Amino acid sequence: MAQSLEAEQLKQGKQRKHVVQILAEVIAVFICILVFIVPFYFIIVTAMKTGPEAAQLSLAWPAESQLWQNIVEVFQVRNNMLVTAFINSTIITAVSIGILVLICSMAGFILQRRKGKTIGLLTSAFLAGLMIPPAVVPTIWVLEQFHLFKTFPGIILVMVAISIPFCIVLYTGFIASIPKEIDEAAIIDGCGSMKLFLTIIFPLLKPIHSTVIILQSVQIFNDFVHPLYFFPGSENATVQLTLYNFMSMYSTDWNLLFANILLITIPPFVLFLIFSEKIVAGMTAGAVKG
Amino acid sequence: MKVNKVYSYWLIVPAGLIYVLLFLYPTAVSFFFSFTRWTLTEWEWIGFDNFKMFFEEPSLMIGFKNTLIFAVLTAGLKVIIGVFLAVILISKIKTKRFIRSTVFFPVLVSTIAVGITFQMLMHPSNGLINRTLELIGITGPDWLGNPNLAIYSIALVDVWKGVGIATVILIAGMMSIPKDYYEAHQIDGGTSVNAFWHITLPLSKPAINAVILLALIGGLRTFDLVWAMTGGGPGFSSDLIASIIYKQYQAGFYGLSTAGNVLLFILVACIVYPIFKFLTRKEVDL
Repeated sequence: MAQSLEAEQLKQGKQRKHVVQILAEVIAVFICILVFIVPFYFIIVTAMKTGPEAAQLSLAWPAESQLWQNIVEVFQVRNNMLVTAFINSTIITAVSIGILVLICSMAGFILQRRKGKTIGLLTSAFLAGLMIPPAVVPTIWVLEQFHLFKTFPGIILVMVAISIPFCIVLYTGFIASIPKEIDEAAIIDGCGSMKLFLTIIFPLLKPIHSTVIILQSVQIFNDFVHPLYFFPGSENATVQLTLYNFMSMYSTDWNLLFANILLITIPPFVLFLIFSEKIVAGMTAGAVKG
Repeated sequence: MKVNKVYSYWLIVPAGLIYVLLFLYPTAVSFFFSFTRWTLTEWEWIGFDNFKMFFEEPSLMIGFKNTLIFAVLTAGLKVIIGVFLAVILISKIKTKRFIRSTVFFPVLVSTIAVGITFQMLMHPSNGLINRTLELIGITGPDWLGNPNLAIYSIALVDVWKGVGIATVILIAGMMSIPKDYYEAHQIDGGTSVNAFWHITLPLSKPAINAVILLALIGGLRTFDLVWAMTGGGPGFSSDLIASIIYKQYQAGFYGLSTAGNVLLFILVACIVYPIFKFLTRKEVDL
């Protein structure tokens, strides 16, 4: 009798705990929607409205969707500036990443495999770049000496230079997990260092290559500061610079401004949908090791 | 001997060359040019004048103060909110994936886009935030127009954008804690609150350290968010060192701008490096 009463109480306690848990979860989801989803919903509805409707800054669903007209209009502004911007940003992102993947995997391989004082110093020199803020005007001064200021090679090399430390951290971390015996077998077969790297190591790095490519493409595509300094000029638009310039141009046409935001957020968003696990894993690995 | 020959230094050269030429070398010469009046083609040595200017001119000094407030505040909030979210997300809740994705998504949106969006949401009369506050009878402040408040409002937006990455790092740290600790704790009759203070928190220290360091480094360098939301205004009230560097560069004061860069370097070195040393010293080994 007493026993069953106790069991009954235990069961009730458990049920109460269950109700509390569900309630807590509902509250958590609600806060999450309020804080994180509402701003995105706001971007989307504003991009769909007419100018006067958008000026009200409300969350109301538009009377009639203007999304397509807004997008077309945003693209046509200033002789298709946004088209140029998309092309420029794509070129900068793609070329920078191509260079980064090749040179950082090579450097990471040697930095991980060789031991000794010199290599320790070199590694710390590269890692220092994770902390040091880039010196802006002196970098422009260096670029000017090579006539690279305001050019594609200039901005690409700057993007590469500032991304090297993080990419090297990712590569050395991954290369540490590849057994040295693989190298030794190749060495006995008479492989030189370049051949060993290109034919044997580089293909083994596929998982980390994709992490680097995904993380850096979001980073470089979304970057505003470096194009602002090193790639100024009206023909040199990138997507983020164009968005910033639109902000001062469209201080009233917020529907167009948000149509622009929507458009340039699509590429990173698509990457995220496809590779979300990889992005999360890569960011975590880099951060914890760095 | 033979092995080291195979791992040839030549493979480091391409990355090393670009890194030295466009990162380390500019950093090194910035120390020299910060003592000059500089036009990119000519320079004139003026000693400590640029630095004196930074500390005497109130409009420049405020950037120094704001940068410190901004970095410490954002780093602190990201850690606290991140730990809270991570604890929720490693528990057995069903909506974990949904919450994790929504919290993480702002990380992927460009800072300029986030800045513009929140500029609208924080509009003093029409903005969604103040209209919501009105519903519950609170008159919201002028988030970005009040000089005493602007920098804090921007800091909150920075936390909104960056807390996702902090959470993800903390989740990874907490997941790597062996389950045995929690089981032992339960057998000893400990509560789950106790488990948090005595197991979860101390053992996720490496992840917490990583979040603190990343947030501090990022916070000290922040420029784009301020630039998109207030442009440093009203007046100079929300300027950070990085936005002053840009303003002086635009105005053609290259020497002064570079001095700002050197000050930022020193600030990072004086804050981040000791904290890095301190935190890694006390790290708990698993």
